[in-house]
Amino acid sequence: MTAAAVQAPARRWSREARVNTALSLGLLAVPLLAMAAGEPFWVTLATRAAILALAGVGLNLALGYGGLVSFGHAAFFGLGGYAAGVLASHGMSGRPIVTWPLEIGGTTQMLAIWPVAVAAAALGALVIGALSLRTTGVFFIMITLAFGQMAFYFMVSWPAYGGEDGLPTYVRSRFPGVNTMAPLQFFAIAYGWLMLALWLSWRIAGSRLGLALQAARQNRQRLAAVGIRPKSVLLGAFVLSGALTGLAGALYTDLNRFVSPAMLSWQTSGELLVLVILGGVGRLFGPVAGAMLFIALEHLLGGISDYWQFFLGAMLLMVVLFARGGIMGALAGRDG
Amino acid sequence: MSLLLLIEQVLNGVQFGLMLFLMAAGLTLVFGVMGLINLAHGSLYMVGAFACAAVAAATGSFWLGLAAALGAAAAAGALVEVVVIRRLYNRDHLDQVLATFALILMFSEGTRWAFGSFPLYLDVPAVLAGSVTLPGGIVYPEFRLALIGVGLAVAAVLFWLIGRTRIGVRIRAGEADREMIAALGVDIGRLYTVVFALGAALAGLAGALVGTVQSVQVGMGEPVLILAFVVIVIGGIGSIRGALLGSLLVGLTDTLGRVLLPQAFALAMEASAANAVGSALASMSIYILMAAVLVWRPGGLFGAPA
Amino acid sequence: MAEPVLRAERLSRGFGALRAVDEVTLELRPGEIHALIGPNGAGKSTLIRLIAGEVRPDAGQVLLLGRDVSRLDVARRARMGLGRTFQVSSVAPDFSVLQNVALAVLGSRGGVFGLWRNVMRDEALTGPAREAIADAGLSGRGSVPAAALSHGERRKLEIAMALALQPRLLLLDEPMAGMGVEGAAELGALLSRLRTRVPILLVEHDMDAVFALSDRVSVLAEGRLIASGTGAEIRADADVRRVYLGEAA
Repeated sequence: MTAAAVQAPARRWSREARVNTALSLGLLAVPLLAMAAGEPFWVTLATRAAILALAGVGLNLALGYGGLVSFGHAAFFGLGGYAAGVLASHGMSGRPIVTWPLEIGGTTQMLAIWPVAVAAAALGALVIGALSLRTTGVFFIMITLAFGQMAFYFMVSWPAYGGEDGLPTYVRSRFPGVNTMAPLQFFAIAYGWLMLALWLSWRIAGSRLGLALQAARQNRQRLAAVGIRPKSVLLGAFVLSGALTGLAGALYTDLNRFVSPAMLSWQTSGELLVLVILGGVGRLFGPVAGAMLFIALEHLLGGISDYWQFFLGAMLLMVVLFARGGIMGALAGRDG
Repeated sequence: MSLLLLIEQVLNGVQFGLMLFLMAAGLTLVFGVMGLINLAHGSLYMVGAFACAAVAAATGSFWLGLAAALGAAAAAGALVEVVVIRRLYNRDHLDQVLATFALILMFSEGTRWAFGSFPLYLDVPAVLAGSVTLPGGIVYPEFRLALIGVGLAVAAVLFWLIGRTRIGVRIRAGEADREMIAALGVDIGRLYTVVFALGAALAGLAGALVGTVQSVQVGMGEPVLILAFVVIVIGGIGSIRGALLGSLLVGLTDTLGRVLLPQAFALAMEASAANAVGSALASMSIYILMAAVLVWRPGGLFGAPA
Repeated sequence: MAEPVLRAERLSRGFGALRAVDEVTLELRPGEIHALIGPNGAGKSTLIRLIAGEVRPDAGQVLLLGRDVSRLDVARRARMGLGRTFQVSSVAPDFSVLQNVALAVLGSRGGVFGLWRNVMRDEALTGPAREAIADAGLSGRGSVPAAALSHGERRKLEIAMALALQPRLLLLDEPMAGMGVEGAAELGALLSRLRTRVPILLVEHDMDAVFALSDRVSVLAEGRLIASGTGAEIRADADVRRVYLGEAA
């Protein structure tokens, strides 16, 4: 999968590049066609796919390039989501968030919300990552899962921001020159971030950090023997990964105009893992393909049966047992 | 807070811990022997609870329900092992996580389809429906006391099974060296199925017993599963002793934290704020315990140093 | 005499009841190949791991370039100039040869957290990497995935990675193992050329290679250093003959 990722970008128009372009254009075409057909609901679905893909791009940095199976990324998704929700609700009510030692108020300006959401998620990833990376393998999976659950129960039992019931924000936060309540315009923001994150992820994969990170996945002993601490590299990637997922969380709050502990639940962590794997782990556009498929399945199967997750489970099982490599593996070949 | 209330909460914590031990023992055996991380262990807990509730409702006998719980969970475990799990032993942990996550989705939705989304309730069997007065004048429900007894009995049987019997020797040998034990003529495939079904039966037992105290519903297994992971992380993977100690630590920390922390904060701040801070902190207490153990001993209390 | 590059000072390490390494004192001096031999289970691997920092000693010190490094981790010791190969070749299998070696250049030059420049277009990394590849005799194989290399080539790749660290000393753990006569001879010639650039502590079972290459030989048995000297001295040593040949003293 990955010898290609660190090499200089291919000069020829590779099969993977064509699949990537088709996916980008396809995701862009859905809302445009939906608006033309007078089906704004499909715009919302496409926006959801773009935001989940963004969260997946974040997870893929840790999972795909670093080999870190994090079952707690919902914590970062939720941290970003709650940062956005709390800031926006205070921004609307005018009540300050804290009054001591200095007064900090809320805001409904996305340009102010995003940095806070990213910083909150990054800080969370730094703490959780530093503790979890003391271990490896199956321990790491269980511990990230447990820390995700800790964040979940904290928000459930913390009454200030709605506790179990969640926190409505009623209207989307503002962005200069954009009507964020218009579905297509909000989609454009989410899509823009997704493209930016993909570009960033591509740069990182080919960078010094990317080289060290992919080496850490393959052989930690060797990485240490050439003078690079595997834990530092993995922690750096984990923080970047959490930050991107947190940004997606902030957008998700604005999409739904609501944030609740469900964003932090272990199912959310599982779904993020599933969409990255379904798409193709360690492939740049894997999360995009996975998120589009996931949303399509949820919508189509959900229309057929209330128990659609049963079929999702059966499909996932088949993919894991018999069709490794995910969608990108099937479309663009095992080595891209 | 009175001493009597505190002792009652300690008993509750021990009871909760021992039920966690039933879950954690199966998980840690399966991981220790087969190297498999099984997220669907919580589903087997749920299967046990539903089997108990359905049979108890149909026959009117809790005891038949309990037998059905053990049988159904063991059968479901054996079936899943033969159809899916054994294809995963040689896969990496990511594949194991995904495949068993898929099993959770299938078990949960299948159960929802069969039983609906509303919780079922189990009646405590008549012989254990009363309360006993313990020395010191503590009045404690008989059924909860019975749960403590069952937990301790299972722990004793497991220690004996692993430490003193032929199958225990095989389990420990399988843990040490898969090829070696296979070369010695033990049917490793059957051994694995048996171990997996044993773990499943323990999970089913826990599900039926806890389901009687609480309620039986879809999704009941996963929160317990994650707590069992915390237990294993604290105790050390593969160690039954570690699972027992970790379970009791987690059970006591969680139960006592919920009672004591809000009261402790109430000494320093006004009641509603104290309750908020206290309960939020209490919900995090076992994870803080886990983090502390990790910093101190990354391999868990009884694990090999990681 | 020049100051030793490496000095192990009364190093000890036990595993349970076993004293794997027992008060071993050993020096590596500039310009020499110092071979470490001993029967299986003598503690050679543990000693190498103690020196590299993968295992912490129960007692004793490791001095690298005169500095006590006993408390530093593997990565720090590598950055100080300790290059190493493993008994079982240890490389990044999905990476090409050039990527593997560029990783080592990156390790020795620092700056892992660069996020922007593409590493494979960064002459500051690929330049030294290509030199190390040429020095190790792998010219022309830069773009081959490490997983596709032959056993011997993978040994050379490890040496190229060690060289890319700009090492002050090399720890080579059984580099000749599984190489065949021709491959071993080629590798011997390579090590012989390297000795003037960087001193080598060589663990090896191939006795012909040991006596042909090394300036000094130390013998380990049951965790203890039983002899140390030139090849001729070692061949004549009564203790060594007893350990290897079972001769009566």
